[in-house]
Amino acid sequence: MSVRRPLPRWADIALLPFLNLALAMLVSGILVTIIGQNPFDALKIIVYGAFGYGEGLGYTLHFATDFIFTGLAVAVAAHAGLFNIGGEGQAYVAGLGAIAAGLLLDQTSWLLVLPVAIIFSAAIGAAWAFIPGYLQAKRGSHVVITTIMFNFIASALMVYLLNYVLKPKGAMEPSSVAVHGAGAIPQLRAFFPALGYAPLNVTIIFAVLALIFCYVLIWHTKLGYAMRTMGHNAVASRYAGISNGRLIMIVMAISGALAGMTAVNEVLGQQEKLVLDITSGYGFVGIAVALMGRNHPVGIALAAILFGALYQGGLELQFAMPAITRDMIVVIQALVILFTGAMEGLLRPGLESAFMVFGPRQREEAVARETATTEG
Amino acid sequence: MTTALPDANQSQRSPGTAASPLAIELRKINKRFGPVHANRDIDLKVQRGTIHGIVGENGAGKSTLMSILYGFYNADSGEILVNGQPAHIVDSKHALALGIGMVHQHFMLVDNFSILENVVLGAEDSAMLAPTLSRARKELKRLEEEYNLEVDPDAIVEDVSVGQQQRVEILKALYRGADILILDEPTGVLTPSEADDLFRVLHTLRDQGKTVILITHKLREIMAITDTVSVMRQGQMVATLATAQTSPEQLAELMVGRRVLLRVEKGDAHPAQNMLEVEGLTVADDFGIPRVKQVSFTVRAGEIVGIAGVAGNGQSELLEAISGMRAPTGGTVKVGGNQVSFHGDDGASRLRQAGLAHVPEDRQRMGLVTQFEEWENAILGYQDEARYGRGVFLSQRLARDKARADIEKFDIRPTNPRLKTANFSGGNQQKIVLAREMERNPDVLVVGQPTRGVDIGAIEFIHNQIIKMRDAGKAILLISVELDEIRSLSDRILVMFDGQIVGEADPAVATEGELGLMMAGIAGKGASK
Repeated sequence: MSVRRPLPRWADIALLPFLNLALAMLVSGILVTIIGQNPFDALKIIVYGAFGYGEGLGYTLHFATDFIFTGLAVAVAAHAGLFNIGGEGQAYVAGLGAIAAGLLLDQTSWLLVLPVAIIFSAAIGAAWAFIPGYLQAKRGSHVVITTIMFNFIASALMVYLLNYVLKPKGAMEPSSVAVHGAGAIPQLRAFFPALGYAPLNVTIIFAVLALIFCYVLIWHTKLGYAMRTMGHNAVASRYAGISNGRLIMIVMAISGALAGMTAVNEVLGQQEKLVLDITSGYGFVGIAVALMGRNHPVGIALAAILFGALYQGGLELQFAMPAITRDMIVVIQALVILFTGAMEGLLRPGLESAFMVFGPRQREEAVARETATTEG
Repeated sequence: MTTALPDANQSQRSPGTAASPLAIELRKINKRFGPVHANRDIDLKVQRGTIHGIVGENGAGKSTLMSILYGFYNADSGEILVNGQPAHIVDSKHALALGIGMVHQHFMLVDNFSILENVVLGAEDSAMLAPTLSRARKELKRLEEEYNLEVDPDAIVEDVSVGQQQRVEILKALYRGADILILDEPTGVLTPSEADDLFRVLHTLRDQGKTVILITHKLREIMAITDTVSVMRQGQMVATLATAQTSPEQLAELMVGRRVLLRVEKGDAHPAQNMLEVEGLTVADDFGIPRVKQVSFTVRAGEIVGIAGVAGNGQSELLEAISGMRAPTGGTVKVGGNQVSFHGDDGASRLRQAGLAHVPEDRQRMGLVTQFEEWENAILGYQDEARYGRGVFLSQRLARDKARADIEKFDIRPTNPRLKTANFSGGNQQKIVLAREMERNPDVLVVGQPTRGVDIGAIEFIHNQIIKMRDAGKAILLISVELDEIRSLSDRILVMFDGQIVGEADPAVATEGELGLMMAGIAGKGASK
C-alpha cells in the first residue's frame, strides 16, 4: 500500500490529459512508421488540416459542436453517478424532432426554426433517455445496459421510419424530404467566406450556451448539488432527503436532451434532411470527450475541439497520404480514445507519486489522511 | 519517559525453555510515510506470559506498529527481536512461523464454512481434506481443553454468536502455533458478558504461557485485564507502565497530552411533553428480514433516551426508519404530535421539515459526502432551503458563510471550508455533522454512535454538546454500542435485543451486569426497577 494524494487541479485537468494524448500520439507514430510513412509529416498534415486554414477549422468546429453536446450529455449523467452510454441513440431519434421543426417551419425564418428545432430534438432525446431512467428508478434495471439496448432500438426504429414512413414516394435513398427554406439553418460560411465549404453553422452558439448551462447547473443550482451528492454517495443523498428515483429520471432526461441537440447540428445544419446514421458514432465519442474533459464544461470544450481536430485532420490525412487508409485513421482515433478515455488512469499513479516527491507538504497531508483511515 | 516494568512474579509464569524473558522486543523502530513519522524510535518490551496493552488515540501509530510486527509493513530502521532472536519479518506468513498470530477487529472467516473448516483454511497439510480435518479435530479438542475455548467444531460460522466467532479467530491463530497473540480492538463487537468471557480466555492463555498484546482505546479494559500498558502518542511511545500502578485518568492524560474529563457532568433532566412517539414500528432490512419488531417508545422534550444493545440487534434499522432513510413495514412515527408519512424515497426531507435532525451512525457512508468540500457538507440535507440561494440556484457564498459559522462554533479543524472533507480527521468529520444538525435547532435529535472512531479529546466536546441540547429542551434519542456512553449520557435507557425493546432501565440504578443480561436477551422487562 502506498500513500498518495490526488493531483493538483491543474495537473488533473491539463497535464494528465496532455500526457495521455502524447502517449497516444507516440503509439500512433510508431504505427505510422511501421507502414513506412513519416509520422512527423502525418502529424503536420493532421494539425494543418484541422487548424491551418479556414475550411479545415470550420470542419473541426463543426465536429466539435457535436462532441460538446454528446460530451455534456455523458458528463451531466456522470455527475449524478449515472453512465449514459445511450447518447448515440438519443441523438439519432432526436433527428425526428429536428427534421419535424425544419419541415413544419420551412416557410418561416431560421430564427424561429433554430430554437424550435432545439426544443423538439431536446424533448425527443430527453424522452428517449427518460425511459432507461424510469426503468432504473422504478425497476432497478441498470442504465448502462438499457441505454446500450436503446441505441439498437433507436437504430432499428430509424431505419424503419426512413425506409417506410419518411421516405418520399418514388425516392431511392432512405431519407426524409429535404428542407429548402428557413429549415436549413445558416452555415457560418455565409458570413465568413474563409470557411470554404465547411458545414459549421449557428448551432455552435447553442453548444456554447449548453456549456454555460451545464456549468451553472452542476455547481450553482440546488439540483446540481443533489446530483453530485447522489453521484458520490447514494446513501448520503437518501439521508439528505433527496429522492434518488426522481433524480435519476430528471438527470437522464437532461442528459438525453443535451445529446438530442446534436441532431440539429447534423440534420438542419449539414444534411438539410434526415438520413440514415446521422450520428455516425458521435454519441460514443462523447464518452471519451467527457472522460478526457474530466466532466467539466471547460475540459469538455477543449476535448471536443481536440476530437474535432482529430476527425477533420484524419480526413485530410487520408487524402494527403494515400498509404494511410481510412482504417488506419480509425485506428489512430481509437488509440486517442483508448489512451485519453478508457485508459486515462494509466499514468495517474505515477504522476501522483511524482507530485508527492516534489511537494513535501502535500505528502504530509496524504500520510495524515492515510493513517487516519487505517488507524484505530 | 516513564518505564516501570512488571514485577518478577510475572516473568516467573513464563516457561523456562526460552533464553529470553521477552517475547517481543522492539528497538528504535522507525516508520516514515514521507516526512510524517508514523513510528518514531519506538522501544517496546513485551514480557513473555503477560497481557500487554497498547493504547493511543487514532493516528497515534498503534496499528502501524502492529502492522510492522505482523509483517504488513517493513520498518525503515530498527530491530525486532522475537524470543530474544533478531527477526526480519517480511510478511504475515513469516510472522506466523515465528509464532505471532493476529486477531483482527473485523473477522476473517468464511461465513458458510463450519468452524473446523475455518480453522483449517489455509493450513491444509495434504491434498486430501479428510486427513487434515480429522487431525485438526483432535488438535482443536486439545486446544479447547487447554485454554477453555469451547466451540462446536461442526457449527456453521454464520450461525454462532459474534463472541464464538472471535473464539474461532483465536483458535485459528493457536492452531497455527501462535505463541504471541495480537488482538486489535477485540471487544468492539461483543456484549459485556462476551467481553468478560474473552477476558477469561485471555487470562487462561496467559497462565498457559502465551503472550497477549491487546490494542484498544477502552481504558476500562486496559485496567481490567492487562499486566503492563504502553501508551502511544503521535508516533511515539510515551510511557510503559505496570497497570496496577496507574489509573485511567493518568492514561488518558498520557494519550491526549492534556488533562481530560472522563466522566460526563450533567444535571437532572426536566422532561416535558412527548416530542418523538414511535408506535408499533416494524422495519425490514434489504433482504426483507424483519429487524425491528413492533417497537414502541416515546422521547420527551428535555431528556436523553439511550438505546443500548449489541450491534446488529436492529438499532441501525430503527435509526434509519425514524430518520426517514428506510420505510418501515408497519407502525407510525410522530414528531411533535404529527404523524410522518413514509411514502416515497425522500422521507428524510419530510422528517427534517417536521423538526427532526439526524446524526447518522456511519458518518462517512451516510452523513457526509467525503469527496465534497467541507462547505458542501455543511448544508447536506438542508440544501433546498431558501437561505442557501433563491429559487433553483445554490449560493456558494451563503453556504460557505454557514460553514464558516459552524467551523467557528464547533471548533472544527482545519478551519478552511474549501478543503475536501476526506482530509478532516474522524473527530472533525463528526463535528461537521453535529454542527450541521444541531445548529438547525431541531425539536428532536436522533444520534447514532456519536463518538465512534473519535478521539478522547473530541468525545468530551461531543458529549457536552449533546447535554447542552437536552438542557435547551430538545428531545434526544441516542443509539450507541458503547454501553459506557449510553450509561453516562442517558436519562432513561431502553435495551434492544433481537429487534425488540426488552427492557427499560434507570441509568442511576442499573448496573452494567443487569444491562448486559438484558442486552444478551436473558433478563426481561424492567430488570432494574
